[in-house]
Amino acid sequence: MLKKNKKVRLFLLGFFLCSAYWVSAQNVQAIKYPALERLIKSSNNTVLVVNFWATWCKPCVEELPHFEKLNTKYANKNVKVVLINLDAAADLNTKVKPFVAKNNIKSSTYLLDEPDYNTWIDLVSADWSGSLPFTLIVGADNKTRKIFEEPLNETQLESALKPFLN
Amino acid sequence: MAGALFFVLSSFILPADGYKVGDKVMVFNLKNIDNKMVALGQDASAKGYIIVFTCNTCPVAQAYEERMLDLNKTYAPKGFPVIAINANDEKRSPGDSFAQMKERAKSNNYGFPYLLDETQEVAKTYGAKSTPTVYLVKREGNDFVLAYHGAIDNNSNDASAANVHYVKQAIDALLANKPVEITSAKAIGCGIKWKM
Repeated sequence: MLKKNKKVRLFLLGFFLCSAYWVSAQNVQAIKYPALERLIKSSNNTVLVVNFWATWCKPCVEELPHFEKLNTKYANKNVKVVLINLDAAADLNTKVKPFVAKNNIKSSTYLLDEPDYNTWIDLVSADWSGSLPFTLIVGADNKTRKIFEEPLNETQLESALKPFLN
Repeated sequence: MAGALFFVLSSFILPADGYKVGDKVMVFNLKNIDNKMVALGQDASAKGYIIVFTCNTCPVAQAYEERMLDLNKTYAPKGFPVIAINANDEKRSPGDSFAQMKERAKSNNYGFPYLLDETQEVAKTYGAKSTPTVYLVKREGNDFVLAYHGAIDNNSNDASAANVHYVKQAIDALLANKPVEITSAKAIGCGIKWKM
């Protein structure tokens, strides 16, 4: 009886710990390209910093903390960071969500479920060859755009953002 | 000799964004995993080559490895063998060292050269930015001309779900003396690790 009680308590403890873990983490959703386009085009009076990444891309994972920092630091200056994950949709629950939870990622994160890459890469930017990491900054006017097909360090990222601030 | 070599190299003006379809490509001469040099066009029977910029460590390149082996099995006998090239800087990506290349080619039975682009000149000249990227070239006299560049097919996650096989379609067209319909296709890949 005592043994059973201990088991139940352990189970409950585990249950609460797990649920706390999931509640605090954002719920990453899989989206299709039209949703991404809407997201980029409806950024009213906000500077959007859109970073394309994948859990399997080492330089992407290394630069994520800079984007997280930027999102917090410039939140009151109408800057929003959006992280577009390009892992396979099948890995959403097994890799992407655990990664986002473990690293406590606060910037809005979506998994773009569009494995036929050639149908949408040019729509994001004709100058993007498709290599990761890739960053797109869209001005508050929704017209000015700048792209970076390379990893960015903290200083590079801030100086990339600067011309978009006023 | 040195003067002639200089002339050959300098006659290729470095294209800003790499080669476009129809461009004459640079004839490289790089070290293979057996320590011997391999040059483009060395195989006189080749009608062209499937040049793949790839590497050991990129998960997308790994996902396409089997398909790269299959392309060689299907098309080497028809005159279009695969030449794989790794251009990643081993300081930034130790898993892509020459020793690791030998290891991978051996354990996965590469039936084609796997060359090291140590100076990264070939990748830069061709305009490769990520792995895996294919440059399909066809022989025209003494030159090789770009016929297709980009992805192998349109689904990196799942070979069986791919329904546009860019490289196969391009070679089949070349073999049938027909124009290549899709001459380039983009895909998500791992950025080449350039020397810092």
